[in-house]
Order: sequence, then structure tokens, then C-alpha cells
Amino acid sequence: MTALTVIHSPIHWWESRVMRRFLSHRLALLGLVMISLLTLACVLGPHLLPYDSLYIDLRARFAPPFTGDHYLGTDPLGRDIAARLFMAGRTSLLVGVSAMVLSILVGTIVGVIAGYRGGWVGASLMRTVDGFLSFPSIFLLLALAAALKPSASMITVVIALTSWMEVARIVDAEVRSLREREFVLAGRMLGLSRTYIMFREILPNAMGPIIVAATLTVARAILMESYISFLGYGIQPPLPSWGNMLNGAQQYLASAPWLAIIPGAAITIAVTSFNFIGDGLRDALDVRDDRV
Amino acid sequence: MVASIQPVAPPDVALSVRDLTVKLPQSMERTYAVENISFDLKRGQILCIIGESGSGKSVTANAIMGLLPRVIRVSSGTIHLDRTNIIGMSPDKLRNLRGRVVSMIFQDPLSALNPLMTVGAQIDEVMAAHGVGTPKSRRSRALGLLTEVGLPEPELMYHQYPFRLSGGQRQRVMIAMALALEPSILIADEPTTALDVTTQAQILELIRDIQRRKGMSVMFITHDFGVVAEIADSVVVMEKGHIVEQGSAQQVLKSPSHPYTKRLIAAVPHLTGEDRVPLAPVDNEPILKVDGLVKTYRSGSALFGKQRVVPAVNEVSFDLAPGRTLGVVGESGSGKSSLGRLLIKLLDNDGGGILFEGRDIAKLSEAEFRPLRPRIQMIFQDPFASLNPRSTIGHILTVGPVAHGMPYRQAREEAKALLAHVGLDAGAFGRYPHEFSGGQRQRIGIARALMFKPKLLIADEAVSALDVSIQAQILKLLDQIQRETGVSMIFITHDLRVASQICDEIAVMQKGRIVERGPPSQIFLDPQSAYTRELVAAIPGEQPRSTRPVAANE
Repeated sequence: MTALTVIHSPIHWWESRVMRRFLSHRLALLGLVMISLLTLACVLGPHLLPYDSLYIDLRARFAPPFTGDHYLGTDPLGRDIAARLFMAGRTSLLVGVSAMVLSILVGTIVGVIAGYRGGWVGASLMRTVDGFLSFPSIFLLLALAAALKPSASMITVVIALTSWMEVARIVDAEVRSLREREFVLAGRMLGLSRTYIMFREILPNAMGPIIVAATLTVARAILMESYISFLGYGIQPPLPSWGNMLNGAQQYLASAPWLAIIPGAAITIAVTSFNFIGDGLRDALDVRDDRV
Repeated sequence: MVASIQPVAPPDVALSVRDLTVKLPQSMERTYAVENISFDLKRGQILCIIGESGSGKSVTANAIMGLLPRVIRVSSGTIHLDRTNIIGMSPDKLRNLRGRVVSMIFQDPLSALNPLMTVGAQIDEVMAAHGVGTPKSRRSRALGLLTEVGLPEPELMYHQYPFRLSGGQRQRVMIAMALALEPSILIADEPTTALDVTTQAQILELIRDIQRRKGMSVMFITHDFGVVAEIADSVVVMEKGHIVEQGSAQQVLKSPSHPYTKRLIAAVPHLTGEDRVPLAPVDNEPILKVDGLVKTYRSGSALFGKQRVVPAVNEVSFDLAPGRTLGVVGESGSGKSSLGRLLIKLLDNDGGGILFEGRDIAKLSEAEFRPLRPRIQMIFQDPFASLNPRSTIGHILTVGPVAHGMPYRQAREEAKALLAHVGLDAGAFGRYPHEFSGGQRQRIGIARALMFKPKLLIADEAVSALDVSIQAQILKLLDQIQRETGVSMIFITHDLRVASQICDEIAVMQKGRIVERGPPSQIFLDPQSAYTRELVAAIPGEQPRSTRPVAANE
């Protein structure tokens, strides 16, 4: 008789294959470091800088970066750009992450139900998804933002409304293939309820693609927020966001280009970092790829 | 180097492997895929390489074909094909040898054929790639080959796509492709494993027939001693990358010398024409009575075009006494798995009744049937897919009973006791399925089914995915469990030899119908239907052996 011969001790999550492979992905690691630094700066920065983001210093209007005690210069009203950038980062990152959480939640629930139930339930859910997808999302965003009173939480909901469909599609496809596996049949054989099978047996197996979709959704949500705020329908001044900082900068592009370059760089860094992390996670979670 | 005198193989050797060592990449479970193996394939002979999964037999074949994945390298040794050493040969030269001198047929004929090319085009391509013949001569040669491998209507077959062919026909096409350039050596890697037993018998006969006619040398890789007995001239037995025994087929099969070979041969399930001794005199009511059960699959939408209607289970009736085992045997597509899933209501039936303990469960809705689920449990085929990879063994075992109202603490204690009972350490409770081997996982699957102390156990190809030695252990475990608990069992399998080991009665299914039902002695020694006779005759390397052959017929 073969008794149990497994000897190795339980693996900690940080020693797992996925972690090892993620950490060996250079760009993903870079993205993770950049995002951590950016978040840290946005959380702590405003407390460390000498100027408040709303403090108007008319004598120091249009100060270029790296001159005097305004590290990143000042805007047309003489407000400190560094302070505004970090305060704006709080808004933009928070909107991005909350929109992601919302759209993952909605997308996952719709996707799991559509994928597991199939039949007319699945078909009608997925046709709803198709319906949402067929709206031009920027137009929808602008129309909604114009009709409703713009606020950070409203913008979050509007962005989530236009980005949950892709998550739903990914989860639907994943659950469809998992549904046919024997362990799902075994769950039915044991008499487990449908909800339990969907969310406790199947869903954990679909987490890989969902996590990847989540990082990519954050990046997209940050971009979306910038679009709407840039067009003036998003976060309203004086509350800063990266998008409305760009909006304020456009008439001074020739005379004070740093007004646009600095928030633009922040958006680029945040978006590419999240995309790198997403790429790294996708490679690390792909079991078909056998690189060690 | 002084020692560079090549050990020139004698002229009657077609393929000679000397001290071959193939290294595996780091982080694999062992350092070498094969280590220091040497063997010869004599001209005009069939050499069988036999071993369980992970023994290194396929790596050996791929090394000879020069088809090893890039991360796996031959680290030492020589392989002589017709006296040329192919180790270290340039890829171009090697490619020239492949197909012309040595060719290979694979296990899965569906994935080895290009789905977008017609059969004829694929055979033609082999010859064209080596610059042989004109389009016209290649075409007539391809037709000749199709005739040679026994495919009906070669002209028609030439223009078919692989998906239109059956598994056996696809394997014939693969053989035709392998023969296209008249190679002197044919390597067959488990070519009949994916096929039904009757088809397997035909393909084995074809390979042996062609080998004799052309005087080819064949290296045949298999895990099945039945196949070895059927076709081998000589045998190489491999275990964990080493050759443990080699010799003539007669010698290895009849008087194996190495303990591993002995163990393997002993583990091969043999047909017993002998009936199982029943546990106790059976006089109770049957626990299960199936009456005229029907299941029909419909494919294609009723809205667009024609619906295809396939009867999977057609008017099946039988009954099962408590504590007995009914074997359901059939080839793929016979409806045996559908039958199993109907009985446990993982599929809904289209007609007929299932009387379980006197109650018709076929009519019950899912909600009405749920309280009864604990009484009927199933053991699944695939030990890898049937356990949720994200759940601990503890969770897998306790989730069912807890859902039916058992306190978790009690479920945990029972699970631990059961794990010990099926031959696992109680420490398995907190581990994940990927930490276990196939055989161990199947034990977990059995433990899961036993958690409820069911009255009826349905085993759907429960040992088919396992190596023979593990298979024997699992069969023994199931037998022991039945003797202890008195559970009734329905044992679904495609393997008559396995069925003969464990069943009190066997039902043979063909195209959704039960064509014959009876005790093993009848099925194997005195089959009544033509189909059963055909099935029994196709079992490789076996005539029914009974310890009392005369008594059974008297």
C-alpha cells in the first residue's frame, strides 16, 4: 500500500511559483515599485510640502520648476504644483481604484451567473453586456456627467458603468469552461447549492484572469477620469485632479509647458505601471507557460 | 581520443541505443529523464518498451526522433540509426532522416493530424517535403498507401478531412503517413491507447501485418502487458528512467527476473471467468430498479436548420441487489457514462423510471432529490479534474456533509478517519490536491463519496486513468469497502479485464442498449451476443482463464 508520501512543507504564498514568476518579470516589478512610490507620495506628500494645494501666492505666478521654494513651480494663480499634483493624485487614484472595485464586482457577479447558468439566463445577461458595450463609452460618460452633478463618487460610478462589461465577458468564458470540469459535477453530486458551487467552488479557480482584468481596469479608469476632467465634466476645480490640471494648462502650453507636462507625466506613469503589473500577472498566472 | 572506436553494431541491428542519458531541467522531480539506457532493435523485429507513466519511455522515443523539447537535452550516449550516430547531428541532416529512415506514430491521432488539411494532402506533404516523386506519382502512391492500411474507398478517403474519420481510421491515416517514404524503422508511441478495444485489436493486427510484409523494424511503446503479449518479439521494461529488464517476449512475460517486472505483470488485471463469491445470500428487494430508461441528445438549434437526435441511452432496464456490483461495459459512445450520470441525476432522463429503494427518483426535481443525494454517490474518472484545485482535502471531504447539516467538528473527525481508511495519512486533511499523485487523488475521491455512508456507489471509469499497479490497489480498496459497508456498486468501465475483477454481474452496452447481461463466467466463457464475443476476442494478450474452466461449462 502506498501511504502518503508527500513530504514538503506547505508553501507560503510569497514562495509560490506565481510570485516567483511575477518577481522575475522586470517591467512588472518596476510598475509595482512606481505605483507604490506614487501612492506613498500622494498620501504623505501634501503633509511634507511647505504650501497648501489651495494657497494662492500671486507674487509667485508661473514660477518654473526647480526654482525657489516651489519645487515643481506654480500655476497661473501661484498655487504650488507639487502640492496640487499629490492632492490630485489622491483623487485620481482613488477614483481609479474604486471604479475598478465596482466594475470587478458587477462584472464578476454577472459573468459567473451567466457562465454557470447558461441557457436563457446566460444569454440574456450576456446580451445586456453586448448592449452596454455597443454604446460609445466616452459619449456615454460625457452625457451622464453633463446630466448629473459631477462629484468624485458620481464619476466613479459612471466609469464603473462603462467598464464592467469586459470583466463580465472574461469571467463568463472562464466559468463556462470550468463548469464542465468534474469537480463541479462532484459538487452537484454532494448536493451543494447552486450559489455555493458558483461562488465558492468555481470562482476561486477564475481569480487569475479577474486579477489581471482588475489591474488593467484601474489603468483604464484613471485615463477615463482624466478625459472627463480634462473636458470639464469631471472633478470640478478647485478640487484638483490630474485631468483638470491638464485642462487648466492648455491655454499656457507655449508659455508654461510644465503645467501640462507634470500632470501628464503622472498619468503616464500611473497608467503604464498598472499595465505593466497586469502584463506581469498575466504571464505569472498563465499555467500553460512553462518557463520556471 | 583513443577510445573513439565506435562500438559498431552488428549488421542485423537497425537501431542501437548505447548509454543514453537525457537530462531534465532543474526543478523537475528527478535529474535524468533516462539514465544510461542501452538496447538494440533488431531488423524485422518488434521491440516493445513498457513502463508506467513517468518511466521515460516517451522521452526515449523522442530522443531517437530528435524531437526532444529544447530544455531537455541528451547529455551522453549514442543512438545509431543504420550505423550512423544521430546524437549531435545537424538539424538539417536529422530532418532528412526523419520520415525516410525512421518515422513515428503518435498516441492521439486527432491532435497529430492537421485538422485543416485533407488526408490525401497530408500524406502527399510527407513525400513532397523530402522531394520525392511528381504530384501525379505521389497521388497514386498515397492512394496505394490508403489501400494498404485497410481504409475503405481510398479515392473518397483521399479528399476527407480528419474530423470526418473515426479514431481507428485516423490512426490508419497516421500509419499511412509514417509508411509513405518506406522507412526501415517505425516508432509507435502508445498508438492504441486512445482507441476502443476492438479498434485496438485491428490496429495491432495492421501494424504486425505491415511489419511482416515490409520486413520493417518496429519500436512499440506501451503501458499494457496485454499489447506486449500480442505483438512483441522482445521487450524492454523501464522504471523511473532505468531499464530494469530486457529480453525476448517469451522470457520476460513467462519468467520475469526483476521484482518490478514481476510486480507489474502481477498487477495486470486478467480475465477471470470465475464468478465473485457473493457477500451474503441475497434475498432482499433490489436496491435499484431501472426500467426503460431513455436519454436522447439533441444538437443544433430547432430554430435554424435540422436538429440531430442521438439516442444515448435507449430503453435500458436492470436491477441491482444490495451489496452487489454491476459492471457496465462498453466502448466509447455506447452510452455507459450517460447511464451513470442519469442514475445520479446529474443528467435528466427523457423517459423511463429509476426506482431507488422503492421510490421513483427519475421524476423528482433537483430540490426534492437533494435530501436523497447522500444515499447515491459517485467516483469520477479523472483524478485531476474531479478535485477542486483551490480547495484543501479537508474542505473537499467535509463540504458535502456540512451542507446537509452535519456539525463541522464531527465531519472533520469522520473525514480524518476515512482518510486513514482509504490508505492516506490524516495529515492530508490540510493539503491541496496538487500535492498528491493520481492514485492518491483517486483515494480522496473515494473518501469523498464514502463520507455520506451511501447505499449506492457509482464508479465511472474510476481506475481508467491510473497505472496498472495503482489500478490493482484501487480495485482492492473498492472490494474491501464493499465487503465492510455492504454498499451496492455500479462499475462503469471500457476495460473488460477490470470489470471481470470486481463485478458480480456485467451488462454489455452497445449504442445505448444493453445487449447482454450476465455473470462474468457467462460473459467471458460463453457470451451469448455477437457483440460480446467480438469484445472478448479483442482483449489483447488474453484468453479467458478460469481456474475451473470445465466446471463452468458443465
